[in-house]
Amino acid sequence: MATTKHTLVAIVNDKPGVLNRVVSLFRRRGFNIDSIAVGHSETPHLSRVTIIVNGTTATVEQVRKQLDKLIDVVKIYDITSEKLTGRELALVKVKANSATRSEILEIADIFRANIVDVASDSLTIEITGDEDKISSMLQLLHGFGIKEIARTGRVAMVRGALGAPSAEDKPASQRARK
Amino acid sequence: MKKTGAQILCESLIAEGVDVMFGFPGGVLLPFYDTLPQYPQIRHILVRHEQGAAHAADGYARATGRVGVCMATSGPGATNLVTGIANAYLDSVPMVAITGQVVRAQIGKDAFQEIDITGITLPITKHSYVVMDAAQLAKTVKEAFYIARTGRPGPVLIDIPKDVFTDLAESTSPEKVDLPGYKIPTHGHPTQLKNAVKMISEAKRPLVIAGRGVIISGASAELKEFAERAQMPVITTLLGIGSFPENHVLSYGMAGMHGTGYANKALEECDLLIAIGMRFDDRVTGKISGFAPNAKIIHIDLDPAEIGKNVHVDVPIVGDVGAVLRDMHKILETGSHVDWLEQLDEWRKQHPILDIHDSTGLLPQYIIHELYEATHGDAIVVTGVGQHQMWTAQHYIFHSPDSFISSGGLGTMGFGLPAAMGAKVGRPEKMVWLIDGDGSFQMTIQELATLVQDNIDVKIAIINNGFLGMVRQWQDLFYKKNYVATPISCPDFIKVAEAYCIAGLQVTEREEVRPAIMKAMEHKGPFVLNFMVEPEENVYPMVPPGASNIEFLEQPKKEVTTWPRRSTR
Repeated sequence: MATTKHTLVAIVNDKPGVLNRVVSLFRRRGFNIDSIAVGHSETPHLSRVTIIVNGTTATVEQVRKQLDKLIDVVKIYDITSEKLTGRELALVKVKANSATRSEILEIADIFRANIVDVASDSLTIEITGDEDKISSMLQLLHGFGIKEIARTGRVAMVRGALGAPSAEDKPASQRARK
Repeated sequence: MKKTGAQILCESLIAEGVDVMFGFPGGVLLPFYDTLPQYPQIRHILVRHEQGAAHAADGYARATGRVGVCMATSGPGATNLVTGIANAYLDSVPMVAITGQVVRAQIGKDAFQEIDITGITLPITKHSYVVMDAAQLAKTVKEAFYIARTGRPGPVLIDIPKDVFTDLAESTSPEKVDLPGYKIPTHGHPTQLKNAVKMISEAKRPLVIAGRGVIISGASAELKEFAERAQMPVITTLLGIGSFPENHVLSYGMAGMHGTGYANKALEECDLLIAIGMRFDDRVTGKISGFAPNAKIIHIDLDPAEIGKNVHVDVPIVGDVGAVLRDMHKILETGSHVDWLEQLDEWRKQHPILDIHDSTGLLPQYIIHELYEATHGDAIVVTGVGQHQMWTAQHYIFHSPDSFISSGGLGTMGFGLPAAMGAKVGRPEKMVWLIDGDGSFQMTIQELATLVQDNIDVKIAIINNGFLGMVRQWQDLFYKKNYVATPISCPDFIKVAEAYCIAGLQVTEREEVRPAIMKAMEHKGPFVLNFMVEPEENVYPMVPPGASNIEFLEQPKKEVTTWPRRSTR
């Protein structure tokens, strides 16, 4: 069966050790995490975890069900089939000298990226977007020499007014099915 | 009024109905044990090794359906619980394990006897807690018991630092447990129920396979009505034994690796398999691609993650087994499958499992049969893990759901003695027999002392073949009889028993078996029977590892002659 990238969103209790429980379950069951991003949700004491996992639909469904069994996972959705806004942020430190600096700035400009730090021999660029956009820019910057990359992993949200999931609602897809 | 953490813990345990716990003290538990005598409602049974505490709590829970409680100190005490917790996790047994922890200020400093027990047990607990505030103790205990016993049961660990036991706090416990992330399915989806009933009424060769979920749900009566109404044969998994009376006309025994030939043939030929409260473990499915190859599958289970995990399911029903079956009864017409049942009976004649072949030596199967006869099938039978366990599953005929206690998922040698101890403590009115192997028995033999100190009347039958028999059997069949590390010596078990002040008898002849069993049963207090059996006897039928169930091996034919048996089903 073909493997595809799935986007899981989990609303979890904001308590010590919860992320460990989530991640440990992936390891234990042999599932591979592509990226994971964690932060506060709109509800106090609840965090939102966005997990990108590569696998067949059946595998990912098994992951989702296993995660759902964790007491500290309040809700979990596979929003892959929804209309999504997915964003990732990357910081890139690229080698730059007086000869190359303007060309790099031009590339950053095309990608609507920001320059967040300038040094005599480098530039640090902040870029936000989907994975493709970030990869494209990285490819263009490659020739200048990349010193460091930090990427956050994707956070995602279902589009539209009804397009939760929030900590309070069910996602559009589950509502539609009922 | 403020109370100490230790007092709050005791009162919270009592509030949960705990009247017995199995434990072993240690440095960080001193404040707790200092307080315990203030609460005589809680009987504390001192084990000889913490693994024994966990297995005893497990056996207690399986025998009573209540939450078993075990306790150990920090560090090695806690790690000694791990096997027992894993065992309970894999067999869905409700348990609360309480561990002491070093004082809060020392956590993370690699203090003496400090270990990250919640980290270690993360993948083998249903949930776990570290209580850093005595004011949270009552709430934590309430939640822990609720999680352990509801839904798909399992072990919950509570780790408590020493100074939390001595801290003063107001003991406030919420009226209701509030866990928004914890969902318990109850009734199955009506559409799926309808689909299932339609498939059952259309099936020519339906087969029910029942697992431990039926026992956990307390749904044996519902299962019986279900099978009788549609006249469907019933087979079970190892842990499903007892969920359906094995002396019932529709019972065809256990399926899988050491299941009956006719149960495995039925799996091969059925056109509809109704799997109830079971999880398609590899020991019951054999090679997945060869499992129930001609059948559509209806799977009823409480745990949605079990649906579709190992086999493809045509009709998934997520819900409590009892509730689902009751709902189905409302729409299920009576049925009849005379030809199909006749076919199964024919297979039963062709592949008899209860016949015991002739031998000059003492055969384990014969001993198990005699135990069944002597106890009229009315005992709680606990086993270790290995050949004796399979012979017990095959040759003892279990009538009721609470009568067979065995380690299935984890296959824990050494489970037997402490689990039998726990079962007897929980059900003192029942006769409890431990059927153990000489290998398994030696793993937790120290608990004989617990039997004596706490006056726990467990009857013990050791099936002693001088081998780690099941491993030897695999070496025999698949490793050219290369018996490496399987011949095992043992002490004189009768002398060992005597040293613990326990009576015992050694049995070597067939004629001595029944009188010895009767003597053990009439004796007040624990009794050890050491049966010196045929060393190289194998368990048959057997599905070779990696093979399909239908490829089961049987006792080599020339040896089979039927013994006169006092009673059959």
